[in-house]
Amino acid sequence: MIQETDSETQTAGTQTADTQSAHIQTAHIQAAVTKTAETHTERAEPPELAIASSGLTKRFRGGQLAVDHVDLRVPRGSVYGFLGPNGSGKTTTIRMLLGLAFPTSGKAELLGVPMPEGAIGVLPRVGSLVEGPAFYPYLSGWDNLARYDSADRTAPARTARSRIGEALERVGLTAAARKRYRHYSLGMKQRLAIAAALLRPRDLIILDEPTNGLDPQGTREVRGLVRQIAADGITVFVSSHLLAEVEQVCSHVGVMRTGKLVFQGELGELRRTAAPRIAVRTPDVAAAAEVFAELGLADPVQVPEQELITAELGAELPEKVTAELVHAGVGVRGLTVESPSLEDLFVGLTGEGFDVEH
Amino acid sequence: MSSTELSAAKVSTAKVSTTGLAMPEETQTRPGAVSPRLVRGNLRLLANELRVTFFRRRNQLLLLVVALFPLLIGIGLKVAQPNPDGGGGGGNAPGGAVSAAGYFNQLAGNGVFLTFVALSLLLILVLPVAVAVIAGESVSGEAGAGTLRYLLAVPAGRTRLLAVKFAMIVAWAVAATFLVSIVALVTGVALFGAGPVTLLSGTTVSLAAGLVRVLWVTLYVCAALIGLGAIGLAISTLTEHAIGAIAALAILVVASEVVDNIPQFGAVAPYLPTHWWLSFDAFLRSPMDTTTMWHGLLSFAVYTVLFGCLAWARFTSADVTS
Repeated sequence: MIQETDSETQTAGTQTADTQSAHIQTAHIQAAVTKTAETHTERAEPPELAIASSGLTKRFRGGQLAVDHVDLRVPRGSVYGFLGPNGSGKTTTIRMLLGLAFPTSGKAELLGVPMPEGAIGVLPRVGSLVEGPAFYPYLSGWDNLARYDSADRTAPARTARSRIGEALERVGLTAAARKRYRHYSLGMKQRLAIAAALLRPRDLIILDEPTNGLDPQGTREVRGLVRQIAADGITVFVSSHLLAEVEQVCSHVGVMRTGKLVFQGELGELRRTAAPRIAVRTPDVAAAAEVFAELGLADPVQVPEQELITAELGAELPEKVTAELVHAGVGVRGLTVESPSLEDLFVGLTGEGFDVEH
Repeated sequence: MSSTELSAAKVSTAKVSTTGLAMPEETQTRPGAVSPRLVRGNLRLLANELRVTFFRRRNQLLLLVVALFPLLIGIGLKVAQPNPDGGGGGGNAPGGAVSAAGYFNQLAGNGVFLTFVALSLLLILVLPVAVAVIAGESVSGEAGAGTLRYLLAVPAGRTRLLAVKFAMIVAWAVAATFLVSIVALVTGVALFGAGPVTLLSGTTVSLAAGLVRVLWVTLYVCAALIGLGAIGLAISTLTEHAIGAIAALAILVVASEVVDNIPQFGAVAPYLPTHWWLSFDAFLRSPMDTTTMWHGLLSFAVYTVLFGCLAWARFTSADVTS
């Protein structure tokens, strides 16, 4: 390398004009290389995302904007909660992601493959439950799964029996495998739909309202299944209007409001958007207020009749506040740190009650 | 396609450890094995479609009812034995609808003719309705039940699913028609006996040659019903209410038959979907009336292709919202 550089310098000394043009060329090439590298990183980026969309928009024939420039970024390996009240465009978005509906504008990618063009290639790696379970009522649970499995041209027929058996076992429906779907309870129907999503090894599972209409027990079962699926390293994209479900299983959330994605990020990030408050129960409210002021806690609220004082915790650690209070001789009867519930944040993002903004 | 195969194979290898599913045939993708496997994959969906259709209790009942008709017609005709003095059969203008009366006279002497009687009577409404139920429901039934979105998310592929649906309709039409023919033939032979067949043109052919004519007529009726099935498939892609599509198709058949019988509409008559249905008497003459036969078959082919294309255009571009 050094020798080459030397010789280059030598030639540069003798033939100035040529070297200049060579320099320009080199600069061009370098620019080109940098550009390629950039494009390369841009290309290499999407596979890190299980779902990526840019400007995804759906306008219905009536003119209603159901999905409005949604930019989803679902990292691989995450459990992504797709939140929003009913009618906020969640299901329409999912339908576009799966190639069931065609976007008016914008792009969507599943596992780095553009949709809906790449549907045939990528969808065998994606399990889905869209808008509730749908099966043939006159077929048994087993036959229903066999039906969907036969539609997958990449699924080997030879392993169909074992795969259907395992999928049913995983959702606890082995005993009801030969029962007609018509006679299934709502919870069983939901579980059969999840079994259908697990018929093959998947990289991504999309579950649209998987606990809709289930009793608390059924909800818990589904939540357990989601945890199991995620534990296998499969990315899970789960939509819901039930916050409790998301709070307990998700690592990331996206919040929809009237067709727009109003928040997207880690669950912790959403929590951080609202400041946690420290609440102290003490007979010496005034003394506690002084300590709070010394610590610089913002927005103190005194409620002497309830022997309570609260303030924003900020960057302060609760144990330090406790120590300071005790040090100042304030009688502490109770101390709690309260984060605003996800529900409060959710309502803040999506608006109260029924949405009539369409 | 091969990249798809490869990625699928990669995925399965990656996931074997986590799910414990061993799929040897997916891990060893041989380039030469791609196309037969895809063919097998397509046949698998068709086989499942046929199984689901023909094993469904309601459809079996439908076929049973269709099969009862030739039996009842045979018994009815035996009981009310017509006078065998009607004379040299048919006398129908080529291309015109044949009244079953032309066959009744022949029936007295030969049970083989019960197939033609049964087909010409059932082709008015029973067979079209049997096809309408299956064709009208083919896509709309899946859409209405919500299973369409799951089939497409599998992914079944829109064109492939439509092709399988059409193949199923063809199989159904053929099954229903042959069922009528066979039941009618067996009933006819049992009640009226069998022997050399006297054709509508007065010529007598051997029983074997007569049975070949039965086969041609049955296949011709199959073609007619396949054309109807294609129309049904196209209607089926327009709605998610199966009963609406079935009713629309049944009404279309009746409307076409009514218009076909009004002389003032004679100019459009040859273009009606049902116009050539009963022209299978072309096979019952000697020599065979091939002009009429080809007109009929051309009509069925045009309807099949036209409505097949309409169904495809609609189904591959429409949002699945059910």
